[in-house]
Amino acid sequence: MKDEVIYGINGPVVTVKDSKSFSMSEMVYIGPDSLIGEVIKIDSEITTIQSYEETSGLSPGDKIVGSGTAMSLLLGPGIIGNIFDGVQRPLKSIEKSAGSFIPKGCSVSPLDDSKVWDMDITVKMGQNLSEGQIYAVCMETQSIEHRFMVPIGVNGKVIEVKPSGKYQINDVIAKLETKNGVFDLSLCQKWPIRIPRKVAKRLPIDIPLVTGQRVIDSIFPIAKGGAAVLPGGFGAGKTMTQHQFAKWCDADIIVYVGCGERGNEMTQVLEEFSNLIDPKTGKPMSERTIFIANTSNMPVAAREASIYTGITLAEYYRDMGYDVAMMADSTSRWAEALREISGRLEEMPAEEGFPSYLVSRLSEFYERAGRCSTLSGSTGSVTIIGAVSPQGADFSEPVTQNTKRFTRCFWALDKNLAYARHYPAVNWNMSYSEYFSDLDPWYAKNVGPDFTKLRKQIVKILREEERLMEIVKLVGEDVLPDDQKLSIEIAKLVRFGFLQQNAFHREDTFVPLIKQQEMMRVIIYLHEKVKNLISASVSMAKVMELGLFSDLAKMKYEIPNDNIEKFNDYISKIDNQIKKLIS
Amino acid sequence: MILRYSGLTEIKGSLIAVQGVQHVVYDEVVEIYLDNGAVRRGRVIQIEGDKAVIQVFEGTRFISLSNTQVRFTGEPMKIALSPEILGRVFSGAGVPIDGLGEIASDKYMDVNGLPINPVSRIYPQNYICTGISSIDALITLIRGQKLPIFSGSGLKHSELAVQIAKQSKLSGDEESNFAIIFAAMGVKNDVASYFTKEFRNSGVLERVVMFLNLSNDPVIERILTPRVALTAAEYLAFELGYHALVIMTDMTSYAEALREFSSSKGEIPGRKGYPGYLYSDFSSIYERAGMIKGKKGSVTQIPILTMPGDDITHPIPDLTGYITEGQIVISRKLEKEDIYPAIDILPSLSRLMKDGIGEEFTREDHAVLADQLFASYAKVQDIRSLASVIGEDDLSENDKLYLKFGSYFERYFINQGINESRSIEQTLDLGWKLLSILPISDLSRVKSEMIDKYYIKDKESLNFEPGNFLENENQI
Repeated sequence: MKDEVIYGINGPVVTVKDSKSFSMSEMVYIGPDSLIGEVIKIDSEITTIQSYEETSGLSPGDKIVGSGTAMSLLLGPGIIGNIFDGVQRPLKSIEKSAGSFIPKGCSVSPLDDSKVWDMDITVKMGQNLSEGQIYAVCMETQSIEHRFMVPIGVNGKVIEVKPSGKYQINDVIAKLETKNGVFDLSLCQKWPIRIPRKVAKRLPIDIPLVTGQRVIDSIFPIAKGGAAVLPGGFGAGKTMTQHQFAKWCDADIIVYVGCGERGNEMTQVLEEFSNLIDPKTGKPMSERTIFIANTSNMPVAAREASIYTGITLAEYYRDMGYDVAMMADSTSRWAEALREISGRLEEMPAEEGFPSYLVSRLSEFYERAGRCSTLSGSTGSVTIIGAVSPQGADFSEPVTQNTKRFTRCFWALDKNLAYARHYPAVNWNMSYSEYFSDLDPWYAKNVGPDFTKLRKQIVKILREEERLMEIVKLVGEDVLPDDQKLSIEIAKLVRFGFLQQNAFHREDTFVPLIKQQEMMRVIIYLHEKVKNLISASVSMAKVMELGLFSDLAKMKYEIPNDNIEKFNDYISKIDNQIKKLIS
Repeated sequence: MILRYSGLTEIKGSLIAVQGVQHVVYDEVVEIYLDNGAVRRGRVIQIEGDKAVIQVFEGTRFISLSNTQVRFTGEPMKIALSPEILGRVFSGAGVPIDGLGEIASDKYMDVNGLPINPVSRIYPQNYICTGISSIDALITLIRGQKLPIFSGSGLKHSELAVQIAKQSKLSGDEESNFAIIFAAMGVKNDVASYFTKEFRNSGVLERVVMFLNLSNDPVIERILTPRVALTAAEYLAFELGYHALVIMTDMTSYAEALREFSSSKGEIPGRKGYPGYLYSDFSSIYERAGMIKGKKGSVTQIPILTMPGDDITHPIPDLTGYITEGQIVISRKLEKEDIYPAIDILPSLSRLMKDGIGEEFTREDHAVLADQLFASYAKVQDIRSLASVIGEDDLSENDKLYLKFGSYFERYFINQGINESRSIEQTLDLGWKLLSILPISDLSRVKSEMIDKYYIKDKESLNFEPGNFLENENQI
């Protein structure tokens, strides 16, 4: 085979002339530094390659070597707690070998191949293994067990097996006799990032992903295996909200993809997560988190790949039987990377300059979320929460609109709420969740039979306020009749006392479902009681003097998460105060 | 093997194409010799077989297909650096223009820089006291942050930038290690001389490095200016341990230069004709702020951009806002009311503020006070729009208090003298004094202990002496 050489260079796009040796999506190594690239277009004359690294310094005539496989990840123990760039290069090892700045063409193995793992090998000689079945386990971190699965597409009989003990990732621990010859099982395998991993069956999604954030869990819940979109202009608190999810949601494993994010923010996540303790396991949060950091100044093609790298890692752990949640911040940067590369290829643009395949790429990506029974017979899920940064905070732009079509949860972040420092700035009039009905049985069984009823009442109060605010905007609040004034006051209480949540407050940063329910109950209780007073013609001004509303607004801080009985104090306080007015 | 190629095949805008060249390196620097003896510089931006497209920094005027020779240097764009750059003035491309000769050094750095490994960064937490109440209390500037000023043409953003640069050097004990890098892109001569004059008057000129591409300088050179300036800043910060404050003005001119270059290259335009990679390009500039583990210095950026038509959704402020850690927004409306600095605090934000304030850094009440001021001032806006419909007289008493709070807040808190530096205690106390105009029950963000400690219950003592306002005016 003749050497293939560079013909042209334009930004991250490199071309080769008159080549027949590359296939579509093949991973290639470019130039003397062996930069990683991927074949993205082939015509009779020119083969086009996108480089995942900075191309300055390349020259026509430099060699390009094909790898023969598609852009793939190395899957094995050592992924959790690690920090990768968009093409799975370990940033910690790069720091060790190259210093504080990321140089070009540094080839470091994604996983530490000298680290020794304490393996528990579970298969026996002569056993028949099929794809996805587990043949060994080891503790990857103190809280996560890594389960080694037979690569997809491999079926056969065990003809050799090593005893349990200490091994490195490239050691062969078992051999299978397959139709195509002997297959070595080691501690790692490869999987192409753009292809979804195989599952046995998709399952209905009827368990919520509990985030501890009231506006999400109580008002717009998301299911395990669902997909949600979190759009918001800059400064609306997308990143902060994603951080809260990553910290508190009840998934087993978090994949956090910083796609075109700020460097300083990524550092903050990294630092914060290594100091935070997971409330469930008592271990550092970083022991259940995988980071992918492709900051905005890192090469654009790797940014495009980072989303796929993230979802592939998520699927790998799902296949072991874990509930995985993937946060992608932000998918707009990914879409823009697509647009940028498409522009370099001089493709015909569709809406707002985005390529016409944006829509199909988005739908393919979000369909990789789901809850499934895995090939090994367990149950796992991948939940995707994708942040979108619409240009000019305009939700009608193509990325937001098309993402909306393929997700069932829409958490619209509102600039005006953020300006008023109402966090999380989820706008309750624009957001929705289609998972309500799927999840209701779960809430009724696991939280309380009237959770759904309370939630509906809270939503009704907010709807009523929205309607009344139209009038208030025109004539002011003072002229409203007392029953409508009550609606406004109670809605204010819902907003300040319930929806608004302080991520920096010890008790308020994460709130268990049962406390959420009791908070709603107390608010509704007050509403009912005062409604009766008003219909008995007690004036709203008198009611306000009791100070009940401002008291209740502070219950989120005053009631510890583990002391739900204290809500009874509030109920009796309401009763006592209201008695005063009647007598 | 250094060859000179004679003759060009194409000239278009700021681009020239040379055919039949060999071993061209992508992104290398090119020297262009004209028959009249002039030498210009350029950069290879596209290669196709034996054809190289070159971007000429000084423009293509007087270049013809035959009067020109091209020499490829094989090197990316680099600048010479040494501690002597402090106090010097350079062109937008990094060539000394103050008549003091070349920088003698064997230290050359690639102006494109390399991305900082996120693992090696330090999360910035040290706040910079600027002495400006609205910034210190509500949009706190952190060392290692990139905090742009979004302004409009004709507003006092330069004054604000100078005030920040002058006053923030006074805080802390590391005064001697402060350096200011000033990058001007397409600004008017008098703006540049205003900066020079102010730096000289406050005696910091020997710690300032200036890179000037003025509005009559070559447009394409502007694309280099921020990169050259940031390379100097990184050198001062990470090699010499300076705390470098980089002021870049005006990013709008920079983006326009990029658009001009992109369209002459025949690229498919994105929003408003700006190239599709504007975001990536901006981030390759803004992301060069920060602090690195094991290094003493820091790079803090204050880019200034004028929003075309005061439109914050224009691609330039929009994309900038997505990369930078917040923004300071200057409002034409406030400036018309003679408020200086006319900072509109509601759309302004400092993303790094939350971890750089509080007991450890400023004062325990800082976070809640800032939260409450934001919330209350946001409510003022609602009431003002209500008042414009139903008239001020028909407002409730409570609403009238908000109007009073709003106008006092603007007059006494946001407004301050151009040379007035307030300590963080003064600023926070002033904030509490203003909040005390409002009833306690409306301060829902504040815990009762804070109220007891800081809220002024005796409304009689809340006199905002009228002289205060006038005094400031005199200083302006």
